[in-house]
Amino acid sequence: MDVLVVLAILVILAAVVWVIGAPLRAGAAAEEGAGPDAAGFEELEAEKAAKYREIRDAELDHRTGKLDETDWQAVDRQLRAEAVAILREIDRLGGRAPPPDR
Amino acid sequence: MATLGRACLILSFAIALYGLGAGLAAWRMGRRDIAASARRSVYALAGVLTVAMVILEVAFVGDDFSFATVASHSSTTTPAFYKMAAVWSSQEGSLLLWVWLLASWSSLVLFLTRRRMRDVTPVATAVLAGFAAFFAGLLVFTASPFETLAAVPVDGSGLNPLLRHPSMMIHPPMLYSGYTLFTVPFAFAVGALATGKVDAEWITATRRFALAAWLFLGIGIILGARWSYAELGWGGYWAWDPVENASLLPWLTGTAFIHSIMIQEKRGMLKVWNVSLVLATGILAILGTFLVRSGILDSIHAFGASTLGIPFVVLIVGLIALSIGLVAWRSSLMRSEHRIDSLLSREAAFLFNNLLFVGLAFVVFFGTFFPLITDALGDRRNLGPPWFNRITVPLAIALVGLAGLAPLISWRRATRANLRRNLAIPVGFGVLVAIALVAAGGVADRPAALAMFALAGFLVAGVAQELWRGTRARRTMSADSWPLAVVSLVRRNRRRYGGYLVHVGMATLFVGVAASSAFQHARDVRIRPGQTAAIGGYDIRYAKPVGRVETRDGRVERIVLGAQLVVSKDGKVLSTLEPTRGYYPASAPFAPVSGMFGGESTSEVRMIAGLRRDVWSAVEPELSSVRPVMRTYDRAIRRMAAEKRPVDQQVLAFRVGLEKVVQTYAAGQPPATFRMIVSPLVAWIWIGGIIVFGGGLVSMWPAPRGVRRRAPAGYAARVARELGRA
Repeated sequence: MDVLVVLAILVILAAVVWVIGAPLRAGAAAEEGAGPDAAGFEELEAEKAAKYREIRDAELDHRTGKLDETDWQAVDRQLRAEAVAILREIDRLGGRAPPPDR
Repeated sequence: MATLGRACLILSFAIALYGLGAGLAAWRMGRRDIAASARRSVYALAGVLTVAMVILEVAFVGDDFSFATVASHSSTTTPAFYKMAAVWSSQEGSLLLWVWLLASWSSLVLFLTRRRMRDVTPVATAVLAGFAAFFAGLLVFTASPFETLAAVPVDGSGLNPLLRHPSMMIHPPMLYSGYTLFTVPFAFAVGALATGKVDAEWITATRRFALAAWLFLGIGIILGARWSYAELGWGGYWAWDPVENASLLPWLTGTAFIHSIMIQEKRGMLKVWNVSLVLATGILAILGTFLVRSGILDSIHAFGASTLGIPFVVLIVGLIALSIGLVAWRSSLMRSEHRIDSLLSREAAFLFNNLLFVGLAFVVFFGTFFPLITDALGDRRNLGPPWFNRITVPLAIALVGLAGLAPLISWRRATRANLRRNLAIPVGFGVLVAIALVAAGGVADRPAALAMFALAGFLVAGVAQELWRGTRARRTMSADSWPLAVVSLVRRNRRRYGGYLVHVGMATLFVGVAASSAFQHARDVRIRPGQTAAIGGYDIRYAKPVGRVETRDGRVERIVLGAQLVVSKDGKVLSTLEPTRGYYPASAPFAPVSGMFGGESTSEVRMIAGLRRDVWSAVEPELSSVRPVMRTYDRAIRRMAAEKRPVDQQVLAFRVGLEKVVQTYAAGQPPATFRMIVSPLVAWIWIGGIIVFGGGLVSMWPAPRGVRRRAPAGYAARVARELGRA
């Protein structure tokens, strides 16, 4: 087998081991910042984004004539109340974004 | 280099197995460091497979015939452009492309979601690595692209001539990108089920990837249809062929999924349905790959018959069992949070749309696998295009109608008053289209086409009304000019208006399909030079035969025989067409000249393509007039070989023989059989595809960052402020 090919295989292997092994070498401690609250925070952020989209959609539906004024006001009031509840929950969890990953 | 390639494949297999194990370990142990390592293993996998892919590309481009796959799928006369695409014309090359795309797309997805869904991603990583391990395993143990030949040939067999079409450079990577990207939502769905996190978050995080998969697969399907129309010489773009159907199946269920996830995001409904749809879509994507690569069903697109059937069947059965088990296990967590308030609501329209898409998928699945089902019962039968058309056309018409209706209805409930207000103009326009077409004549006896045109009119008018009202509403809130207001409206509501544009594109495409199917004129005629055939109001005269020998780098690439056709309408010459047939060399040592006509041949279609109609032509030359010339030169070359004359002299005689064949054909009066087609509005199929592509891009584009920023204020005010930034 060509020496260069062997060398190339070894270089690729070393690079792979280095890339995959880096988090294990750093240990679990470095990941502690991302506790269980961070997962809850992410879920709430997704819920908030979905709720905001829903409020905007309802408003556009109203403005383009698909929702009557009274229906829209009821829906909008309910959606904004749900959005406020999500924001409260986000703040309860600290509202901090999870630390960046490696 | 083959050794390095083999080492890369073995390493890829090992990395993928590590990713599978590490992902599962991270999930069970809750260890984030192991999860990060598993994720990085997918990055490493993409890197190593990129090296393998580059090695194979270099071998093809550099004519390294020591690679068995290069020798059997390329040649020195294959144009450089097609040498690069020849990599995925082989079984092993296409599997390498598949797993490389899977690893690349998975790396991108895992990188983008690295700070989200920390519970779900380890399992998703394991699933994606598991898919990669399966395909890398096939490459290592069954179909290696790095097999070498003991005796290296001077030249290769060449690329299948049918694959020498520009779209073949893009079509397979697009199709495979769609297939591999559909495994991403599958993997995240498995992760969500395994961890019990079955809320809308996994959907929000993977929606864009599902959309990208849908878009890539759609582009791949359209390119395949275009290739079929322009290259295969039968004049159609869709034959309900098993491989075409296999790509359509995940696209149909994926389309249903993209619609129904909106209901889960907005209303917390259809959770079991959505997760089942995405699991089915992922499995159908694998099934699509299986059908292309296994050769289990006869197909004009199946360029590889192989022994890969059993591993694929085992994988598919395993995936089905896993999916059913997970859904059953977590069904109690997936109860709907709401019910559908009214049948006059967008949720209800989406639900009907889902039923139609899944119904279509079921019909296509049944029709595709009917030969296998009947084979198992001892009497193999096929279901042809008439069967498919009979069932799918009404469903497609209903889908276009629903696609027009859904944007005009509000979520939750619609009153009769606002339905009247929103439907009046679109319905009126649809009816107007129908009346105008009936008055113009020739449409009334084609009710399916008429319904499609009218519903497409209804849909386009509905979207135009939505855009108009939205822009007007936008202008009441800002002092923007009309064009700026349109841009601002679409920018703030990309998903909505991107989706509407997709609807317009699909309607355009279906109008093209309906018109070209219902009003097509097609004729197969056998005529001699000087004779004329009439078709669809056009006169097509066979002016003269044509022929040439095409060479590349001093070697004969192919013989081209064909005809010059003069197309005229009402006595006025419109254009000249030159459809031909290309004959590629085949190994025939005892009949070298006639052997040129015994191997692969491709039809070079020629057409006048326009927005109103295409005039399409293909030719099948009759070779009887040149057979005596072929025999004469075959005998002469055989004699020279027996006399052990120098090879140069034999090659010269071969070249002279080919030139003589071509001259004899072009100078004579050979009859030829022509397929002539006049099809209206075919161009709108491709234009519709481009509109769909544009709409998909608009829909996928990320929302402005401002939407995600937070402001410290009272909650109600904060909601208002954050909404105002969008």
